[in-house]
Amino acid sequence: MKLEVGYIPIRDIRFGPESKVDNNVLYVNKRELSALILADEGIASVALDLARPGESVRITPVKDVIEPRVKVSGTGGIFPGWCAKVRTVGEGRTHVLKGAAVVTTGKVVGFQEGIIDMSGEGAQYTPFSKLNSLVLVIQPKEGTESHAYEKSLRLAGLKTAEYLGKLAEHLEPEEVHTYETLSVTEGIKKYPELPRVGYVLMLQSQGLLHDTYVYGVDAKQTLPTLIGPTELMDGAIVSGNCVSACDKNTTYHHLNNPVVEDLFSEHGKALNFTGLIITNENVYLADKERSSDRTAELCAYLGLDGVIISQEGFGNPDADLIMNCRKIEAKGIRTVIITDEYAGQDGASQSLADADAAADAVVTGGNANMVIHLPAMDRVIGSIDRVDHIAGGWSGSLKEDGTITAELQVITGATNELGFNTLSAR
Amino acid sequence: MSQIKVVHYLNQFFAQVGGEEKANIPPEIKEGPVGPGMAFQAAFQDQAKIVATVLCGDSYFNENTEASIEAILMMIREQKPDLVICGPAFNAGRYGVACGTVASAVKEKLGIPAVTGMYTENPGVDLFKSSVYIVPTRDSAVGMRDAVAAMVPLALKLARGESVGSSAEEGYIPMGIRKNFFETKRGSRRAVDMLLKKLAGEPFETEFPMPDFDRVPPNAAVVDMRKAKVALVTSGGIVPKGNPDRIESSSASKYGKYDLEGVTDLTAEEYETAHGGYDPTYANEDADRVLPVDMLREFEKEGKIGSLSRYFYSTVGNGTAVASSKKYAQEISKELVADGVSAVILTST
Repeated sequence: MKLEVGYIPIRDIRFGPESKVDNNVLYVNKRELSALILADEGIASVALDLARPGESVRITPVKDVIEPRVKVSGTGGIFPGWCAKVRTVGEGRTHVLKGAAVVTTGKVVGFQEGIIDMSGEGAQYTPFSKLNSLVLVIQPKEGTESHAYEKSLRLAGLKTAEYLGKLAEHLEPEEVHTYETLSVTEGIKKYPELPRVGYVLMLQSQGLLHDTYVYGVDAKQTLPTLIGPTELMDGAIVSGNCVSACDKNTTYHHLNNPVVEDLFSEHGKALNFTGLIITNENVYLADKERSSDRTAELCAYLGLDGVIISQEGFGNPDADLIMNCRKIEAKGIRTVIITDEYAGQDGASQSLADADAAADAVVTGGNANMVIHLPAMDRVIGSIDRVDHIAGGWSGSLKEDGTITAELQVITGATNELGFNTLSAR
Repeated sequence: MSQIKVVHYLNQFFAQVGGEEKANIPPEIKEGPVGPGMAFQAAFQDQAKIVATVLCGDSYFNENTEASIEAILMMIREQKPDLVICGPAFNAGRYGVACGTVASAVKEKLGIPAVTGMYTENPGVDLFKSSVYIVPTRDSAVGMRDAVAAMVPLALKLARGESVGSSAEEGYIPMGIRKNFFETKRGSRRAVDMLLKKLAGEPFETEFPMPDFDRVPPNAAVVDMRKAKVALVTSGGIVPKGNPDRIESSSASKYGKYDLEGVTDLTAEEYETAHGGYDPTYANEDADRVLPVDMLREFEKEGKIGSLSRYFYSTVGNGTAVASSKKYAQEISKELVADGVSAVILTST
């Protein structure tokens, strides 16, 4: 399976009479895009807004972030199961509007949406402060129940990213990266000396607005399975989550999975990137046991020497993380886990909800309980009134002057457990 | 800030008084730097000055700890220093304990920052790493040059009142306090590098050593539920509508205690959840789904349980520090015992 990914850098975003990319500027026709979004009967209104790196802008409550992409050649289309038919993606050529993003906002649950600051202290913690973003502020029709609202928001984001991505179809990329996954036997023959390394990608699937979709299927109803790493780059995995902002994997993260990228960069040099296993994080013990058993079996079946395990969320999924680690290590396969910490505001408390001596190699995305101070912004996109209630905020987090004192948790993507950021803790 | 005033603490050996035969000498003070103090003074250049050296025999200190500390603190206080350096003690056990004791007393009783250095297996490390900055050193004085180079920048930062970064950045032994900082490489790259080292059998350093996990053995079963006074305690965030105590949706700083007198059913009009870690739709529709008051009232009527305790306790488990949970549990269980509760149903989410 071989995919060429061509990057078209986007350095600015503006509204204009015609949606197009010209001279690395992304122009968006508001009316055309609004009509596309409003085709969803559950949506009462949509307001489109722009946020650029360095601006005094706060976006909240953020639900998802998505990167515009298009399939130029090869089977299927971006976001299979949603925007395209369910065909296997990950081969051929894909174009990316690099540096652009679609951000969806809305008060789906109220607790579990985050903040993106485009400047100031908060901006250094979120990778999304560096993107030229089109923000969708979406209001549901009256009486729309929250699960339906989530779905409408999710689809609006995907459709918008697809719409913008299509503008890149006939453009000449500045840079093209080629990613290739060999079959298991080809890999062994080609790199007999290299350690065989796999990646276990844990998907949030606790249910009730804590869901991730694979080719349109709800991950909580799946068994662990193998998937081509390049399939992720074409949108095979989509976030449907309303969980704490700091450590949920947005659709943008899935499209740009950093573990996949870094394993590819060492593939054929220091290691043989043999396979990617996706597994879920369900709430019932039986599900946890079944999924972690299956995952460890798949790792052994592939004859892996080492595995990186990444997590999504915290607390309950810590149990899945430790089970996966323990069972894979028990097969004689070495592991490194990527997680984040809830060590209290003072950093003195126990960081994880579960622990095991087998987890002797841990990478951390930082302590999410750390208190941060965010300056007031000139402009708020979305609405500011949920700040005291979101996970990581408290009564009085939002001051009258617009400044915010809250835990790092409130920042979208701040302690990402795919290892997307440089933030760590000791 | 003008030149920083430093007092240095040494044992009899490093203060060049003598070896084991002099280990019984009581505390004394000398002007200026002595022995390793010369190396520290050279590294400080003109940013700081060692004004005095306090020394004490290792045996004397450990056999007369209270009197020694009192005398040493008095000598240090008179010098009005901005900083105290102890040791480094390398792998000398009694010296390490003395350095740790002096450094922590200086910090706590005089409010003056202190730094010490020790080999990681020195018994002083386990005793004092959570209370004072200890820079890891080699196991003998061969490592003096490296120890001085590592201790000086941290010491100057402390003396100037500058904020101190994480242990990984500043080079001290982790104190058990987790601190955030930016690494140079992103997490995924660090994971790949760590895995390659682990596979090659090379040493690697985990970013989070696994803690000793606090596992609580369950109590013996309740003999007769028909006589039990049952209480409800939840981390699922069920609160009277409007969340009167403003319990946070994550990282809760408190718990609430609420009266169930006359309550037979938790209705959507009167109860809701404050929890931010799960979809609240169904808990808000009917809070009995998380806190089963309705069923327990039925059981009470039918005689399946003795009674339902008058109060329920609620907090939010989402992202809440284990240390906080432990504190709430200790307070709550005291009250439960005082109320004569014989069984507790703990519900989560």
